[in-house]
Amino acid sequence: MAQALAGYRICDFTGQLAGAGATRWLAAFGAEVIRIEDPVRQGRWDILRGNPPFIDERRGIDLGGAFNNHNTDKLGITLNLKTDKAKDILARLIAVSDVVTENFAAGVLDKWGFSYARMREIKPDIIYVSNCGFGHAGPYSEFKTWGPIVQAVSGLTHTSALNGQPPAGWGYSYMDHTGGYYMAMAILTALYHQQRTGEGQWIDLACTDAALTLNGPALLDWTVNGRNLRDKPVHSNRSQFNTMAPHGIYPCIGEDEWIAIACRDDAQWLSLASLINQDWTASCATLDSRLKGQDTLDARMTTWCRTWNKFELQDALRALRIPVGAVQKPSERIDRDPTTGNFGLWPTVEHSAIGAVRVDGQPVHFSRTDWQSKRGAPCLSEHTEEVLTRLLGISDDELKALRAEGVL
Amino acid sequence: MSVLQGIRVIELAHERTAFAGKLLADMGADVILVEPPSGSPSRLFPPFVDDLPGIERSLHFWHYNTSKRGITLLLEDAGDRSRLTNLLATADVLLESEPITRLADLGIDYPDLASINPRLIHVSVTPYGRGEPLSDLPETDLTLMASSGPVWSCGYDDHTLPPVRGWGFQGYQTACHFAVMSVFTALLSRGVSGQGQFIDVSISAASNVTTEGASYTWLVEQNTVQRQTGRHASTRTTGETQMRCADGRWVNTGVPPRFPAEFAKLLAWLRVLKLGDVFPEAVFLEMGANWEGPFDLSRIGIDDTITAIFGAGREGLQLIARTVGAQDFFEGCQRAGLAVGVINSPEEAFENHHFKARGMQVPVLHEDIGRTVIYPGAPFSLPKAPWRISRRAPKLGEHNQEILGQES
Repeated sequence: MAQALAGYRICDFTGQLAGAGATRWLAAFGAEVIRIEDPVRQGRWDILRGNPPFIDERRGIDLGGAFNNHNTDKLGITLNLKTDKAKDILARLIAVSDVVTENFAAGVLDKWGFSYARMREIKPDIIYVSNCGFGHAGPYSEFKTWGPIVQAVSGLTHTSALNGQPPAGWGYSYMDHTGGYYMAMAILTALYHQQRTGEGQWIDLACTDAALTLNGPALLDWTVNGRNLRDKPVHSNRSQFNTMAPHGIYPCIGEDEWIAIACRDDAQWLSLASLINQDWTASCATLDSRLKGQDTLDARMTTWCRTWNKFELQDALRALRIPVGAVQKPSERIDRDPTTGNFGLWPTVEHSAIGAVRVDGQPVHFSRTDWQSKRGAPCLSEHTEEVLTRLLGISDDELKALRAEGVL
Repeated sequence: MSVLQGIRVIELAHERTAFAGKLLADMGADVILVEPPSGSPSRLFPPFVDDLPGIERSLHFWHYNTSKRGITLLLEDAGDRSRLTNLLATADVLLESEPITRLADLGIDYPDLASINPRLIHVSVTPYGRGEPLSDLPETDLTLMASSGPVWSCGYDDHTLPPVRGWGFQGYQTACHFAVMSVFTALLSRGVSGQGQFIDVSISAASNVTTEGASYTWLVEQNTVQRQTGRHASTRTTGETQMRCADGRWVNTGVPPRFPAEFAKLLAWLRVLKLGDVFPEAVFLEMGANWEGPFDLSRIGIDDTITAIFGAGREGLQLIARTVGAQDFFEGCQRAGLAVGVINSPEEAFENHHFKARGMQVPVLHEDIGRTVIYPGAPFSLPKAPWRISRRAPKLGEHNQEILGQES
């Protein structure tokens, strides 16, 4: 099948999830993504490289499961950019690439001698996309982040909590994922601009900017109505603007088994009440009454749900067309729930050292130029010789010498 | 010129896709929002301007529909349907979240549209994908996030408390991020092939691959992460990272000091706060500051000196947090090179001087009510093709004459 992004080449310095997650999309759609790593530190700038999870008892810099997940379908080369010869090779690579990507702290690439101005001298229409926590400009540009810090500073942690409890926040780096999505968008929009105009540019993406925009209605409630969320109790399992009740997560039979139930309108509530079939439901006919007595309603829903198996209750409520979602554990949504497998969401890739392993797929399908993930993440320096020979015409003898000199 | 100038998007109004339409519209696309004559239900979503309900007063609708124009069409009406088809004949993108067979039943699904406009990129965003009948069942952002992964990983150490879903319609927004990435990928592909295509986005799948370790820990080693207060869900219990400061606000303490320079800066800060004398472990910070070479982190808990130094780092941070306010803790730690975060509410983030300096407060004129309203700014911007809110959200049917008058 034709690949949507075939022919585009990315010089990729990204790592972790916030960066690697962006170029992963490009690689799945056929772009040639060349990861450039540091041979001296064995690519450990990306802390995921040799870290768990592991498929078996083997350990090592090439065997990290998270790194594999975020770097499928990419090529990997090593360049020791402390050497002039490596800098020369990088310049030649940039000259034949469309995009340079990185998510270092602000200014790192500049220090190596590859400022945007320099890269533009090498290739006038180069696209450069940097992704750092607070951006390259502004009072906090020197500050450092990782996902949970971005979430904390931007407001996303505060708005995930139960009433009377400290912030629960996000139990994963939601903004590493989402920062990666915005970085992918930034690369794609710049490529589209280049396709139409021939112009390159530098996009300075700040993860915290993107995160700040993800609470829009609450921010307008602040700027227009002056209502703040600092003084208002956050009870984020409930509807944010009191539009629905019940609207919560309730316990079911078993240890740590839960179900989410919501009623968008009185008709859905009446259906639910008929299934509950208890006298107290009569006093809850209107949204207003349900909102006013929401603590009591939630307590009664809790008592009632506790008598159910979560999947049986999900089936019963689906049959009544009431919004419901069992809180699925990873094993359940990946291996029990047929909707994810049927979508092809967990492809198996072949990794040169790890072997066959399942990874996250893409949650979309294209009718003509769909994504495909077949190859695992590159081992350290796995494609150095192949890439430098094919793209730059460097000979075997030269490669051997460069290896011996510690350039590669 | 904005990056999507000249690109026309027809968006069939739905709360699940409104954010994707906004992202495209703010990047310069001519997004025409198609509502039924009675208006999109989301026009009645709170909050409202001055808390007075009304179809032109929803701040939810305002936020998610900036830069769009609006028309009304009744798709069951043959005349209106042909008006829509005429628009789609020259459009670049169709964005919709209809029941899975509705457009086919009306004779305006992708195969019909491709025959009159082969360049059309048709993006369908549904709960489980176009091929899954469950997509037609009622749902909410809460129920989808519960069953598709995020909720399992978020909440508290105390598992008698329910797991937590964060506010902000993040389940829908995550799907919309993928919809926008898909649009640009398909536009780039069309630029080469000249052909559009059908794109099937699953909201559930989008969240399923936005859970970081929860998915790949299962995929790689069949282990299940457990939620923890304010930090990553994990297969083993990890140290707390959330602390309450002297002013009652919370911070995320991030990763404690690991490098000699960080110990030195922490010690210096303790002395500035005149806490050096009341903190007996300061001597270990001094040892950490004077340490030669990198620390062997694997010796923490084994080597008494290294254990004491790292313990002192963590305790020193906690002492400072108990002494100063959250904002001072954040800025002071960051200046010491430590990646920590203050847990802001959304409006606190919005009013922060860093984000203001980066232009994250954008005034939009609502000339109809004589008010200028401040909106959140660009998640990222292309210097050569800037992001811009070109107009307020459309009133119901506001552009019927302008758009349909020309077409009919």
